[in-house]
Amino acid sequence: MATPNYGLIATFDSTPDLYHAAEKVRDAGYKNWDCITPFPVHGLDKAMGLRRSTVPRISLAGGITGFCTGMSMIWWTGAYDYQITVGGKPLFSPMFAFPVSYELTILFTAFATIGGMFFLNGLPMHYHPVLKYDQIKRGMDDTFFIVIEARDPRFNLANTKALLEQAGGKEIKELEA
Amino acid sequence: MAHAETAASPAILDEVKPAVLARPDLVDHDRSFSWITEKICGIIEGKTPAWWWWCFGVACFVASFTVAGITYLVATGVGVWGHRNPVNWGWPIVNFVFWIGIGHAGTLISAILCLLRQKWRTSINRAAEAMTIFAVVCAGIFPVFHVGRVWYAWFLFPIPNSNYIWQNFRSPLEWDVFAVSTYGTVSVLFWYVGMIPDLATLRDRFQAAGNKTRSWLYGFFAMGWRGSSRHWSNYEMAYLILAGIATPLVLSVHTIVSFDFAVSLIPGWHTTIFPPYFVAGAIFSGFGMVLTLMLPLRAIYHLEDLITQYHIDCMCKITLATGTIVGYAYAMEFFIAWYSANPYEGFTFINRAFGPYAWAYWIMISCNVITPQFFWFKKIRENTTLVWVLSIFVNVGMWFERFVIICTSLTRDYLPSSWGNMSPTIVDIFTFFGTFGVFSVLFLLFIRFLPLMAMAEIKAVTPRADPHAGHDDHAAH
Repeated sequence: MATPNYGLIATFDSTPDLYHAAEKVRDAGYKNWDCITPFPVHGLDKAMGLRRSTVPRISLAGGITGFCTGMSMIWWTGAYDYQITVGGKPLFSPMFAFPVSYELTILFTAFATIGGMFFLNGLPMHYHPVLKYDQIKRGMDDTFFIVIEARDPRFNLANTKALLEQAGGKEIKELEA
Repeated sequence: MAHAETAASPAILDEVKPAVLARPDLVDHDRSFSWITEKICGIIEGKTPAWWWWCFGVACFVASFTVAGITYLVATGVGVWGHRNPVNWGWPIVNFVFWIGIGHAGTLISAILCLLRQKWRTSINRAAEAMTIFAVVCAGIFPVFHVGRVWYAWFLFPIPNSNYIWQNFRSPLEWDVFAVSTYGTVSVLFWYVGMIPDLATLRDRFQAAGNKTRSWLYGFFAMGWRGSSRHWSNYEMAYLILAGIATPLVLSVHTIVSFDFAVSLIPGWHTTIFPPYFVAGAIFSGFGMVLTLMLPLRAIYHLEDLITQYHIDCMCKITLATGTIVGYAYAMEFFIAWYSANPYEGFTFINRAFGPYAWAYWIMISCNVITPQFFWFKKIRENTTLVWVLSIFVNVGMWFERFVIICTSLTRDYLPSSWGNMSPTIVDIFTFFGTFGVFSVLFLLFIRFLPLMAMAEIKAVTPRADPHAGHDDHAAH
């Protein structure tokens, strides 16, 4: 790396300011950059050029696993491992296995969704260069930031700084790695 | 047609423009983001108020009744409870269904209203989800101890044991085990995921204030959240999916609870109306409880700007709608009992309304059918004290609904020779009374240590959060 720093951070006071600045950074062709917002800003993923989240695929895999687990567990316990006829009913039927399989579909989907979200976000990550910035706590309150990482191929301290300034960023600081 | 007459003024408009209705503000007085943070974090950061200690003391005392009742039961046997032939499902199942039903409004607010884009949910969803979890805790006490030898309660789950026997998955009671445990787990996960950004806010505030222990604790559970938009993108998707699966979950849980009854052959239980009727009743009682809890909190913490009159109106209207559905279900049960020409069904319903438990039936009717009808009137919805009182009636009525369903059907089934009455013992009463204490203890701890409202979500529904607000040139893009 040419520079030992993590990147540049710029402050924005309002949602529209951040939104338009994000569009400018996107159009300038940056890839390794991020916005820090206290709440999910509607439409910001589009302004940043982010692709649709892949969490649903993990959820779907979890759901299918849950349903199959339920069905196979009920078949294995009741119709294979220890057969007991109760009330003259069949040893296995997808009808009576359905409610439990349905609940397990939901249970496994929930775990897969949350696990997938943490995995894709790289959380838990209690240490991050951004968290060392002394103003970052305002990013959990009422302020917005744009961070452009030094590892981005287009990153150039002077040019990137100029871009952030031109986009309306205030207090542009270098972040320690 | 009279075209000639109207030629001068065409009867058909070129274009129909629907009236634009102003959306009510969800946060009054145009509060800023930092005002919202200060307001909600201030509840946790401030000194513990005296009323909290008083309430906590009383709640602990009340909860001790459950502890004492359960201890006595475990030491002696389930015979200390009042359910015996022919009512083998006495108070414990009444209390179980009562509490689990209360929980359902929390999931309704957090999941169904999220899918329906009802933004007013943001100020009440956190507390309502907490209510769900604590209600499930209270509900779980009853079936777990009802099994008799509670140390064998793990037999409910398919865990290999030395008897080599597995659970009977043909039984709705076993379905219920899975439904309720999934419901409890998913509710906790949903609640926790919704709280992560707010925990990060608290982490940073406690760090700034120099409180290392609390900053570390909130930080541990915040998972290093830093408000990254790339994270938000996955987070919002995950939240939407959780809402999407919690919706069929909440409907299935009370459906399966109703199967406990509907799949049996007891007159008054064996009806196809049970699943929707139970779900509507659950949401009705849950909204009653949300009002019971939120109105005092709103007054104590001066949250009028966040829980506005619009929020109260919405909750009252849902209570009215679900209460009316419940009333319709009561009427329909009677109609079907008559229309089916089944003498046992017919007798059961006449006996419900005019038999030995008629007093309970009429409490149920007056609390569940008549009480919510007051919410038609704006004057009443605007009187918070009155709304609070009415919400208590809803809670009482829904407890009696379960009592009526269970006791009237079981005390008078097919054979008059096996009829009998049911009355609770003092242990039943103490144990149930104590669960209100258990619930209150948990809820008081929640409001003291966790963010009462979803700060990030409330901020996102304020006008300032709109990236296209004000003087912008978005139309040009």
